[in-house]
Amino acid sequence: MLNHYPLWKNLVILLTIIIASIFALPNIFGEDPALQIATSKRGIEIDVNTLARIEKSLAKENIKINKSTLRQNTGKSNDLLIRFNNESDQLRAKTIIQKQLGDKYAVAINLAPATPEWLLSLGAKPMYLGLDLRGGVYFLMQVDMESALSKTLKAYLSDSRQLMRKAKIRYTGAKLVDEEILLRFKNDEDRENAATRIKRDLKDLLLIEKNIDNQIVLSATINPQKLKEIQTFALKQNITTLRKRIDEKFNGLVEPIIQQQGTDRIIIQLPGIQDTAGAKDILGATATLEYRAVDEEHDVDAALNGKIPVGSKIYYTREEKLNGRLIPSRPVLLKKRMIVSGEHVTNANASIDPETNGALVSVTLDSYGGKKMDDFTKSNVGKGMAVVYLETKRITQTDKDGKKSFITKTTEEVISVATIRGRFSTRFQTTGLDSVQEANNLALLLRSGALAAPVYIIEERTIGPSLGQDNIDKGFLSVIIGFVAVLVFMLMWYLKMGAMANIALALNLVIIVAVLSMLQATLTLPGIAGIVLTIGMAVDANVLIFERIREELRNGNTPQNSIHSGFEKAFMTIADANITTLIAAFVLFVVGTGAIKGFAITLSIGIMTSMFTAIFVCRGIVNFIYGGKKVDSLSI
Amino acid sequence: MQILTDTHIQFMQRRKLAMVISMVLIIISLASLIFKGVNFGLDFTGGTVLEVGYPNSVELEPIRKILTKGSFEKAVVQHFGSANEVLIRIPPKKNMSNAQISTQLFEILKKHDAAVEMRRVEFVGPQVGEELTESGGLAMLAALGCILIYVALRFEYRFALGSVAALAHDVIMVLGLFSIFGLEFDLTVLAAVLAVIGYSLNDTIVVFDRIRENFRKMRKGSALEIIDSSLNQTLARTIVTSFTTIIVLLALFIFGGELIHGFATALLFGVFIGTYSSIYVASSVLVMMGISKEDLTPVKKEGVEQEEVYEEV
Repeated sequence: MLNHYPLWKNLVILLTIIIASIFALPNIFGEDPALQIATSKRGIEIDVNTLARIEKSLAKENIKINKSTLRQNTGKSNDLLIRFNNESDQLRAKTIIQKQLGDKYAVAINLAPATPEWLLSLGAKPMYLGLDLRGGVYFLMQVDMESALSKTLKAYLSDSRQLMRKAKIRYTGAKLVDEEILLRFKNDEDRENAATRIKRDLKDLLLIEKNIDNQIVLSATINPQKLKEIQTFALKQNITTLRKRIDEKFNGLVEPIIQQQGTDRIIIQLPGIQDTAGAKDILGATATLEYRAVDEEHDVDAALNGKIPVGSKIYYTREEKLNGRLIPSRPVLLKKRMIVSGEHVTNANASIDPETNGALVSVTLDSYGGKKMDDFTKSNVGKGMAVVYLETKRITQTDKDGKKSFITKTTEEVISVATIRGRFSTRFQTTGLDSVQEANNLALLLRSGALAAPVYIIEERTIGPSLGQDNIDKGFLSVIIGFVAVLVFMLMWYLKMGAMANIALALNLVIIVAVLSMLQATLTLPGIAGIVLTIGMAVDANVLIFERIREELRNGNTPQNSIHSGFEKAFMTIADANITTLIAAFVLFVVGTGAIKGFAITLSIGIMTSMFTAIFVCRGIVNFIYGGKKVDSLSI
Repeated sequence: MQILTDTHIQFMQRRKLAMVISMVLIIISLASLIFKGVNFGLDFTGGTVLEVGYPNSVELEPIRKILTKGSFEKAVVQHFGSANEVLIRIPPKKNMSNAQISTQLFEILKKHDAAVEMRRVEFVGPQVGEELTESGGLAMLAALGCILIYVALRFEYRFALGSVAALAHDVIMVLGLFSIFGLEFDLTVLAAVLAVIGYSLNDTIVVFDRIRENFRKMRKGSALEIIDSSLNQTLARTIVTSFTTIIVLLALFIFGGELIHGFATALLFGVFIGTYSSIYVASSVLVMMGISKEDLTPVKKEGVEQEEVYEEV
């Protein structure tokens, strides 16, 4: 029989409608006003007891809780999500809870998707909105691999020096030129011996014997495999450190997306965050501390006049204000070998010194650092120890020709020089910081660990919450208006058949939303534009089919035959036309970034779903209405 | 409604006139692209953009003044969308960590008027911009290349050249429009141009499909006549689809907000030009390349049974 679908085809359509509806459904429930309670402090747990306490005090104030959930997060401490019926309850509750729990807990205003439980249990979730729709910050960070490399090279240089000294091989020079370690020798024999030793102990170095300016030189470079390893390590380590820093800074309240891009870039997305200044301060920061012994045997003034003793270096103290008077920077002579550096810090907390009212950081060292500190303080009671504050910043410079370059500037300041009063190891305090803000940031940086290589922000996109909502509203409005306009037009142009195409088009929209929700692909503003464009183009398939049917009718075919060959003949054309558009969308997806990818995704999904609805589903409807009957004329 | 059916317009008779018009427009576009260039947006040039909102409408002059005082002399300050919103552009600045610019800028504005609200910050480092320009151009070429191959495989090389000529025509025109009117060319516009490629191609393929079908089916008539009747048969579809697409794009243009304006403009113009080019440019190229019936009649291979695809022949 012509124009009749077998049962299975009808079932496929029915099943698609049911599944698509279920997965698209979460998007219409909106969001509940909620509070999120989290902590990043060690030793503090959020559990059922915390929840019970909160519930009790809210009940006392007559604030109704809509729903509360204790969430167990992997890699992070637990947090609480408490939903309210309205915003005034939410705001009142925030004050009450913050007061009750104190500043060890962070209480933040949040919007929680109001998806019903039964939908969630089916795995249905609302679409994942991009930063341009929900507000937040996007950073693209460049990892300075050169600096990671030079750090490693310096280590190899000092290792090879030590190796030769130990083996009593005489060398006349050892230096780093670009990415090459150059060792100079008096004779070939020494060079050979050195090469054998280095080859045995430092396996990652590639050695080449060279003669530069009549000198006997051994050149060492890092082998490519190790180079790659260094890069991968620096990138991974940085991602871990950045994640820790963000968790610390925002008390685990944001759900950051941190991804690697290429071999030396990191993408960070912080949904809902407005404090970009604070985020930037900690993301790129490299501040750390070094503890160094004061050189007591030599004189600073003599060193300033050029007689710097071997193994020591001149440092300058930081300018500071004391009782309103400015104490200028002064030089101090410190030993080059440090006692302990920031990487051995396991915990750090900022507080205020009750005596001087200055900011201080309480530091806890790991066992290795603790032992070193203990060894040093044991034998140096009464002598001086200095704390050096180190920070690296990158500055853009433009030279005369307008060419841009970056220079890295490291500040080293002595923030305190104190006399060791007694032996200590893992726990002590460091004073001399400028402000509580600085102490807080330093404590955070010491806690979260150092970056393996400096990172720089090379792209930032911040969208405020009001603009995000604006974008959603405007995007939604254009989808609705465009959609309705197309529906009206199709109805006028193709009458009953147009109405059938309209049902298919509506289903197409539902399927697009369902697929986006299922994939949890990021919906962006250009993504919405993609949906709008798809609506306009999706009817194309139906237009092709309907025009074909009209042609067949004009040629004197029966209505049933016209429907049959109209669908049949238009199919290849539709497929060809859509595949080429898919190619363009695919290229866009591969090359585009962020928001553009969003456009490519919705466009591709839209093209595929529209083929399904316009050909398969629309045929189903037409068959259902006209199929298997005697039809005298078509309403087209 | 059936108002565009059964037309008998002799499109190809006017193909020389259309060719002249197209050539003139392309030359103007190219001249503008070469001499005036494209007003590339932040995505490609690098720099900082800050969009702020005020509860009431604001004057721009005082904002310019305080920014100059804060050593942002090069700032371009303009209203964005409404008089309540202000957009500030800063070119990449020397000797300053670029990421800090937006923070400083906002602090200056906040000191001036505490009611100011941060709506959007975009900072793009110079190296990112350069890479994007490169990959953007590459994307366009890759898309054209892939399409050329697909069409050559599905149809015949002359069709591939015809469709790519039409696409190049459309892309140059859209770029020309942005160049001539100095409209800002940002990442969303690049996406729109690629979407135009997709759309215009869609249109061209539908026409080509019919031309191929008719070449195999119609026994009488010259190549020109066959192309003409193919264009007439697909005319209703061409117009209707362009029309529905233009309606939704108009919705996007009018209601979609400032951020999507460039995107909607490029696509609106692109769909318009794409419709024209699929009729005149793509088919004219076919005629110029001397397409004939023999080119599309399937070659009979000895020993291989002919497939029964072309029942009408």
